[in-house]
Amino acid sequence: MNNPYAPIPMRVEKIVTETEDASIRTISLSFAEGSKPFGFVPGQFSELSIMGVGEAPFGIASSPMTPDALDFTIARVGTVTTELHYLEPGETIGLRGPLGNGYPVDALKGRDLLVIGGGFGFSTLRAFTNYALHPDNRGGFGRLVVVYGARNPGLLLYRDDLRNWASRDDVQLIVTVDRAEGDWAGAVGNVPSHVKGLEVDPASTAALVCGPPAMIRYTLPVLDALGLAPSDIFLSLEMKMKCGIGKCGRCSIGGSYVCIDGPVYSLARLRELPGEFS
Amino acid sequence: MTDEITGRDALVRFLERLLAIPGMTVYAPVAEGDGAVFDRISSVSEALLDFPGAVRSPRHILTPMTEKLLSMGPDGRVEEAIPTPGPAVLFGVRPCDARAIAFLDRVYAGGDRTDPYYRARRDALTIVSLGCREPRPTCFCTTTGGGPLSPEGSDILLEPSGKGWSVRAVSEKGRALADATGIAVESDGGNPDAGSIGAEMTPRVDIAVLKKVLDESFDDPRWQTLTAKCLGCGACSFICPSCHCFDIVDGEEDGVTVRSRIWDTCQFKAFTKQASGHDPRPTGADRFRHRMMHKFSYCIDSYGMPGCVGCGRCVEACPVNLDIRRLMEAFGGDGLE
Repeated sequence: MNNPYAPIPMRVEKIVTETEDASIRTISLSFAEGSKPFGFVPGQFSELSIMGVGEAPFGIASSPMTPDALDFTIARVGTVTTELHYLEPGETIGLRGPLGNGYPVDALKGRDLLVIGGGFGFSTLRAFTNYALHPDNRGGFGRLVVVYGARNPGLLLYRDDLRNWASRDDVQLIVTVDRAEGDWAGAVGNVPSHVKGLEVDPASTAALVCGPPAMIRYTLPVLDALGLAPSDIFLSLEMKMKCGIGKCGRCSIGGSYVCIDGPVYSLARLRELPGEFS
Repeated sequence: MTDEITGRDALVRFLERLLAIPGMTVYAPVAEGDGAVFDRISSVSEALLDFPGAVRSPRHILTPMTEKLLSMGPDGRVEEAIPTPGPAVLFGVRPCDARAIAFLDRVYAGGDRTDPYYRARRDALTIVSLGCREPRPTCFCTTTGGGPLSPEGSDILLEPSGKGWSVRAVSEKGRALADATGIAVESDGGNPDAGSIGAEMTPRVDIAVLKKVLDESFDDPRWQTLTAKCLGCGACSFICPSCHCFDIVDGEEDGVTVRSRIWDTCQFKAFTKQASGHDPRPTGADRFRHRMMHKFSYCIDSYGMPGCVGCGRCVEACPVNLDIRRLMEAFGGDGLE
């Protein structure tokens, strides 16, 4: 019987320090000998573990179109994340995944898309954006708008991607910071204030949203005012998890487990569940 | 050749036969303090056969309080610790506890995400339950869909009959065990006393009405008042036969690195607290509401039955007498005529 608790070995290929304060790093993992590579959907997550230290869930931050290496963006907040930060290339760690449902890629085909992220909730939206911008996929989606915010310029992630996207004419990119610092010449203000200014055709638009609770709270009314239907707004939820397979009970919200029925929910579905996220 | 065991000493004789089966592990109620718990026995004299109900549920036999999942030796190889138990009998559980195992089956072994650790222990286990002659003051099994002679989850149900017991094989597994012991089983309806047992246990609320009301009561201010005295100690969860939440932790055991799961409870403050510090369920009232909602609404959605079998242990164990039946009545109390 397949053991859903047994991790597969992954080799650390690269570690990138994302933020100026070094609190957030992205590690790239390749499938080590004995691991069967898997496909996945943007928005899915995995449990990463170091035996003897522990295990924690992280969204897959890279696109499934680059399947040989998986990126995970990790904020250093506890024991497991600290150990993950100090890995060296060549070391082996454990992975269980892919887990969760991911963004509804098929249902989004042909739609105009608003990708709205804040803080380090942007990781799976980066995966989605790179997926949508891949030459094999770009034609399958309509207009693509990315609004991404951080508290200050030093906390912006994925600078190479941001530069790349900014240079393209098939994606509209708004990168904003709450507080301009240093030589920041870009947009200032919180994420919802920039979403507010967008002109969209609500009938053909879907939004993908992931970020801190305050960003979500103030962005949802803006999307409503733009005319988007709750069934066209998709949120990726954060919830403490352990098993990742709907057994341990930790991420229960209503009759739903975030680890298997989520982490991506439409706002329409979320409104049927208890208001623990409102 | 089969024997009737309908006499007063039926349980002793049944247990003797079970212990005589080569290689069979037998779990039965044994004395601990002034109560009973389920543990492995090697002789009939260890078993406590005249007991009102075990203080702790038998769920540790299927999901040990600490259960090793993986281990890693010095060579770095990760080994899976899936158990390979020989045949075992869980003897003497009450129908409520057997029904809780039927519930755990849906959690751990249902759908396409079977838990191999649970599956291994469960496949090896045959459940022989004892029907109840008299309810205890804290019992409410009939409210949650069970009853003193409910066969759900049992492989063999021993029904009180006259001064002895009537043996009923509920499943094929139970029939095979009865065959192995050479004990005759009654056909359905063979127990003339069955109809009168539990007749006085009128359900307290209509469980369907309770679910409906709970689904509309998430923001009810009474969650604050009704649960204000809860200490958040988690005794209700740890003593519950159907609670099943667990944590996964790494540690060391005899010089070997191990990953284990350990029982956990949604009543603890850290249960849903995220690494960022955000907690979607920050107060005791939030957490008690979740316990109620999970048992009487969410589990019905997810598993088709409530996550409560009405054993009454939490009513007895709660240090501040927070009685779950009062909450059930508060939210579903108008559901019965």
